[in-house]
Amino acid sequence: MKHETIETNAGWLIVLTLLVISVAGLVEIVPLYFIDETVEKVEVNGLETVRPYTPLELAGRDIYQREGCYLCHSQMIRPFRDEKLRYGHYSLAAESKYDHPFQWGSKRTGPDLARVGGKYSNEWHVQHLTAPRSVVKESIMPNYPWLLTTDLAYGDIAAKMHALNKVGVPYSKTKQEYDNNVHRFGKEVAQELDIYAAEDNLVSQAEAKNYDGDRNNVSEMDALVAYLQVLGTMVDFGKFEDGHFAKLR
Amino acid sequence: MAVARLAAQEQYNYAIIKWFVIMALVWGVLGMFTGVYIGFELAWPALNLDIPQITFGRLRPVHTTLVIFGFGGSALFATSYYVVQRTCQVRLFSDVMASFTFWGWQASVALSAIGYMNGYTEAREYAEMVWPVDLLIAVTWVVYLFIYVMTLRQRSQPHIYVANWFYVAFILATAILHIFNNMEVPVSLFSLKSYSLHAGVQDAMTQWWYGHNAVGFFLTAAFLGMMYYFVPKQAGRPVYSYRLSIIHFWALIFLYMWVGAHHLHWTALPDWTSTLAATFSIMLLLPSWGGMINGIMTLSGAWDKLRTDPVLRFLIVALSFYGMSTFEGPLMSLKSVNALSHYTDWTIGHVHSGALGWVAMISIGSFYHLVPRLWETKMWSSRLIFIHFWLATIGIVFYISSMWVAGIGQGLMLRAFDDYGNLAYTFVETVQFLFTPYVVRGLGGVFFVSGMLLMALNVAMTIRQSYRERAALDAKLAAKFASA
Repeated sequence: MKHETIETNAGWLIVLTLLVISVAGLVEIVPLYFIDETVEKVEVNGLETVRPYTPLELAGRDIYQREGCYLCHSQMIRPFRDEKLRYGHYSLAAESKYDHPFQWGSKRTGPDLARVGGKYSNEWHVQHLTAPRSVVKESIMPNYPWLLTTDLAYGDIAAKMHALNKVGVPYSKTKQEYDNNVHRFGKEVAQELDIYAAEDNLVSQAEAKNYDGDRNNVSEMDALVAYLQVLGTMVDFGKFEDGHFAKLR
Repeated sequence: MAVARLAAQEQYNYAIIKWFVIMALVWGVLGMFTGVYIGFELAWPALNLDIPQITFGRLRPVHTTLVIFGFGGSALFATSYYVVQRTCQVRLFSDVMASFTFWGWQASVALSAIGYMNGYTEAREYAEMVWPVDLLIAVTWVVYLFIYVMTLRQRSQPHIYVANWFYVAFILATAILHIFNNMEVPVSLFSLKSYSLHAGVQDAMTQWWYGHNAVGFFLTAAFLGMMYYFVPKQAGRPVYSYRLSIIHFWALIFLYMWVGAHHLHWTALPDWTSTLAATFSIMLLLPSWGGMINGIMTLSGAWDKLRTDPVLRFLIVALSFYGMSTFEGPLMSLKSVNALSHYTDWTIGHVHSGALGWVAMISIGSFYHLVPRLWETKMWSSRLIFIHFWLATIGIVFYISSMWVAGIGQGLMLRAFDDYGNLAYTFVETVQFLFTPYVVRGLGGVFFVSGMLLMALNVAMTIRQSYRERAALDAKLAAKFASA
């Protein structure tokens, strides 16, 4: 076929362009859904340790997105010596398998947060989020004072878990799904993933852990700190021999 | 000449192009001003003012959306509607549909920006729009494709001019990217919140397949379409090599789609995918430079025009920055370089050498060619165009050189060890180091946005001048008829 044929026929131009631009996506994206090793299996004593977020953590994650935290903080540690010293073990694909959307980020204006969970106390986080420079003098992070003074709006938390269930996150709405979760994650986690208990679970986690230091309310701060404190804590690398995950790379 | 121009006003739909030109300038000034402001927020965090709507995290998507989709998108609608009509010598297929694309697009940009400031976002870079806006964009885009193709089909020329190939590829690719990347499930019909269909590693891959091709097709292929019309027109010379344009068109659109995963080097994305992306990124240098050479060499035999024609200067400097940033891109896609550059301001500098140096400069040059023709007069001040050129060029140089210092400097500091094998710097020490580069970058932005303001003034005065000339002409004609 001469190129002139394409230049004189809009139909050919469109069809051939579509073919040419479709190849890459088919080769690079589609297999990621079918190659099993893409996402590691992380099981300890027959139970999966990477679990979906609890309702309170999920609400916190939505605030994290609302404020655009992902624009300055990555959640993806690379396998380098300095990153291991600074942030910990490199991130596994499994650790973000329930992240719709992923929050790996592309820029570290602030440090990586993939394993920030448990690194600082709740009090530190509350102080830091309210006024970062009162804790780290040189910080350039904005203050987020409204997190502490705004009540968390959690009326739609069950609806959110419902939507996530539709895209494949194992929040349970039937007995069978619940039993499945007990089998996969253990009873304690399965109860947290029950959509019908969402609001009760959310409130009781906020009250029990009292992230923001105020027991009388559930603030946005409660939710966000709950989310930050769980980041990177779901895989206990002590339970696996060195190099176990490297084999999958 | 006057008769021919008046005929053009009748024959073609220029009104829609004028509107898109004006909105491109409005979004350009607003979006770049936002960029300058958030740039300074990083130097002086007090500028966040504890107001949720203007914190860095919420304004950053406002900046990217206004400049990419508001400024860049409106410039592409304007020039593509102009080019397709002029090269096919036929009026746009439908005036009503063209107006629909105008309002649909402007509404999408405005709603997105207002939404981000109030915390409504999908939290995926460059695709942050909430689902109802995604739908509005999809509908607008399908109508755009339909108008474009129908106009091509009605052309009175046998050949489809090369600029149109690039515009067609851009429209098709953007449709595919937008639809597949924004597959999501809303929380409810009355909630703006939705969750992406993909998760984790697959979501990351899809997002950067989209993200890098927003660069490849929205910000490159389409602007090459602009280049292929406006450079030969302004230079008064034919395109340098017809054969080169064919080869680099097909190579460019094929290769670009592969390279998105170079944004995910060393992450939890499987190695095979990111290696494939790096390989294709390096190959991409060839068609990129093919386009640059084809554009710059179009000037052969007319180089002297650079001395006198400020519009041509914008176009040629744009191509030079295009060449530079498409060399820097493959370099940064090498895994060893990326290990240092990723997560740092080097990436931000690279994006802006493309976005300011290439995209904005080629659009500005094309607009200075286009505005006098649309409004049938001369530009109000060509001195201001000269000043704009220097403000823009100096601004870009400030911007990218400060970001090289920031990115490479921080990258080296983060991986430095002391004699005992401990980290030499804490993270926040590297943040302190960034203060000076951030201030210089902000100044660069001030230069650039000042140039844009001068351009807006120049265009506004040109439009006013056009109405005055028309009124004077009408008065003269009326007087003539009255005395006859």
